[in-house]
Amino acid sequence: MPKSKSAYSVAGKKGKLDTHIIVVWVDNEAGVLARVVGLFSGRGYNIESLAVAEVDSKLNISRVTIVTTGSPEVIDQIKLQLKKLVPVHKVASFKREDKKVIFKEMALFKFVSNSKKMKLAVKACKKFNPVLLDETNKSCVVQVTALRREIDKMAVNFKKYGLKSISRTGAVAMTRGSDVL
Amino acid sequence: MPKLFTGAEIVFKCLEDQDVEYIFGYPGGAVLPIYDELKNFQSIKHILVRHEQGAGHAAEGYARSSGKPGVVLVTSGPGATNAVTALTDAYMDSVPLVCISGQVPTHLIGTDAFQECDTTGITRPCTKHNWLVKDIKDLQKVIHKAFEVATTGRPGPVLVDIPKDIQFQKTKYTSFKKINKKLNGNSHNYFNQKDINQLIDLMKKSKRPIFYTGGGVINSGPKASELLRELVRATGFPITSTLQGLGCFPGDDDQFLGMLGMHGTYEANNAMHDCDLMINIGARFDDRITGKIDEFSPKSKKVHIDIDPSSINKNVKVDLPIVGDVKQVISSIIKNIKKTKPNFANSNKQNISKWWLQIDKWRQKKSLNYINSDTSIKPQYAVQRLYELTKGKDTYITTEVGQHQMWAAQHYKFDKPNRWMTSGGLGTMGYGLPAAVGVQVAHPNKLVIDIAGEASVLMTMQEMSTAVQYSLPIKIFILNNEYMGMVRQWQELLHDKNYSESYTAALPDFVKLAEAYGCVGIRAKTPDELDDKIIEMLNTDRPVIFDCLVDKQENCFPMIPSGKPHNQMILGPEDEKDNKITGKGKALV
Repeated sequence: MPKSKSAYSVAGKKGKLDTHIIVVWVDNEAGVLARVVGLFSGRGYNIESLAVAEVDSKLNISRVTIVTTGSPEVIDQIKLQLKKLVPVHKVASFKREDKKVIFKEMALFKFVSNSKKMKLAVKACKKFNPVLLDETNKSCVVQVTALRREIDKMAVNFKKYGLKSISRTGAVAMTRGSDVL
Repeated sequence: MPKLFTGAEIVFKCLEDQDVEYIFGYPGGAVLPIYDELKNFQSIKHILVRHEQGAGHAAEGYARSSGKPGVVLVTSGPGATNAVTALTDAYMDSVPLVCISGQVPTHLIGTDAFQECDTTGITRPCTKHNWLVKDIKDLQKVIHKAFEVATTGRPGPVLVDIPKDIQFQKTKYTSFKKINKKLNGNSHNYFNQKDINQLIDLMKKSKRPIFYTGGGVINSGPKASELLRELVRATGFPITSTLQGLGCFPGDDDQFLGMLGMHGTYEANNAMHDCDLMINIGARFDDRITGKIDEFSPKSKKVHIDIDPSSINKNVKVDLPIVGDVKQVISSIIKNIKKTKPNFANSNKQNISKWWLQIDKWRQKKSLNYINSDTSIKPQYAVQRLYELTKGKDTYITTEVGQHQMWAAQHYKFDKPNRWMTSGGLGTMGYGLPAAVGVQVAHPNKLVIDIAGEASVLMTMQEMSTAVQYSLPIKIFILNNEYMGMVRQWQELLHDKNYSESYTAALPDFVKLAEAYGCVGIRAKTPDELDDKIIEMLNTDRPVIFDCLVDKQENCFPMIPSGKPHNQMILGPEDEKDNKITGKGKALV
């Protein structure tokens, strides 16, 4: 090992990284998203995707869904740090593989091509609840809801149908069955 | 029709209701309405600093020595940005501060107005929470909430940003009653009887136990330190302390192994490495303490008592976490020991006698020893003499950051909490002088000494002017080696003696500087005159700058070299002479 010239210790072993979904209930007030996101960037945690909107207009509560990767210790630390923020009410998390939880992302695809190809495109989306939102004779906008990796795949495969533009959300999550988070 | 108050009046009404006696601040355009009200609130005294960073550190010194939150008042823009270092310092060392900053009027926010900055944006990562008050009706609620957030749970700084138009607007004020007067209320205790039983079980079985205590004990209040002493005596276990925890257990007690960590004692660090039970009370496994994490105390069961759940398992995985206020956890442990094993210390003596023998062997290394000199003042000697000449006086010590700070921690023995104010987490050079100002404000009749380095103290030297203005007889005891000593030491040991920019070629004459500020300057050049000069300083009832010319080459030992575990310390030059650590020890650096 080369001689260390640092006043700090060298990095130890890193734990196994997993993808987790963290759900945070926060007061919907100015700057609250910056507090949550700033905590992630400030402490060096990743954000893969982020979805946030008010879910209770009476109590002014927003629900933030964050997809992140980290070792189990890091995920625990993220949750504990989030809980310390003053506007945070509750924090929940689960692994992406968790069978008890539904994850969905929404994407809007804009195709610019001919009607034949566009028909094929809508057909190819069939498994992912396609909704035709806009249609002209040389373009259409299709909305799908699916998992991240499925949308990733479509984004690549649909090039041949004339896919010109994609807009997509971060993942949102909900538990299956009667359990409420 | 109820009486209406302006925002500025409400600020002071809130401070009155929070029993605030002193605020540390500096006026400016965006806080003028608040300053205008100052004259109408006689119970609140304002200390005018010379720089907003000084206000922050002074408030920290006030808070840490008194247990009450420190209050800072600054203007917008540069006023707020100058306070950022102090806020970050308070955040790292868990000091309760409430910073009130002025802001440009609401309609100008976002227009790059004169002296505008995104204060809440800039201070978000260095406060527990901050608020921008955009509605006068929220002001009262926000300020009281700010005090609550700053002082409950793990204490820390908060900031309330008040636009100038809000300071002029009027609304009602309903007087506020503190519901929970206790600093660390019950709501932060998440432990139960099972946890305590489990801990006592571990204590009974342990053959090599150690208490590792930190600033959390001090933050839990003076009662926590009393209880800690009772607990340590009731168990007979050895105890070591972090830099911030010094004073919660008497420094000259037989059970005390001294400070641990990078410049901790040989016995404390080896005991931490070899123990089979580590009971962490209010410390946070900082990297200056643990050294190499993978080899940190490999054979021990670790118990962690902390009020902040996010401190648990952050750096080191522990076996038994106990989340709660230190005072209440210790009190619960003591109660249980009394009930189940009233004579635990005696009956357990046999169990840990071998451990104490081992510790005594480590102690015989006398790792804090240094080679003294007849001709030049060794910095360690200076601190020792200062200690000997002040120990009966209930002295308050602050420090700057660097070698002098470590020597002060090693050689000045504290026997009470809240007597030792030092910047540990952030390591802010320039902390000690303004902190001493704040300590002296809180304790006007006590002896307050800033053990300083000449480089650090120059960073906030302007606050001497504050000390003179308010007749605060602080003593600035400078260990002057003309180098940034700790930088020089690392350069000597790690960077092939390339002393890049660590020597200050032009220093002021500190004695003349003292005179310029209107205080007293004293210089000591030789060991022979040191005692007399220190006594002269102690007998001076005015602020003093003491220029103690010390050995320029002295290094701070013992030390744990970077990336090494606790049992691979390098000791001082005396030990090297005895060939105990030879070239091989150096190579470990």
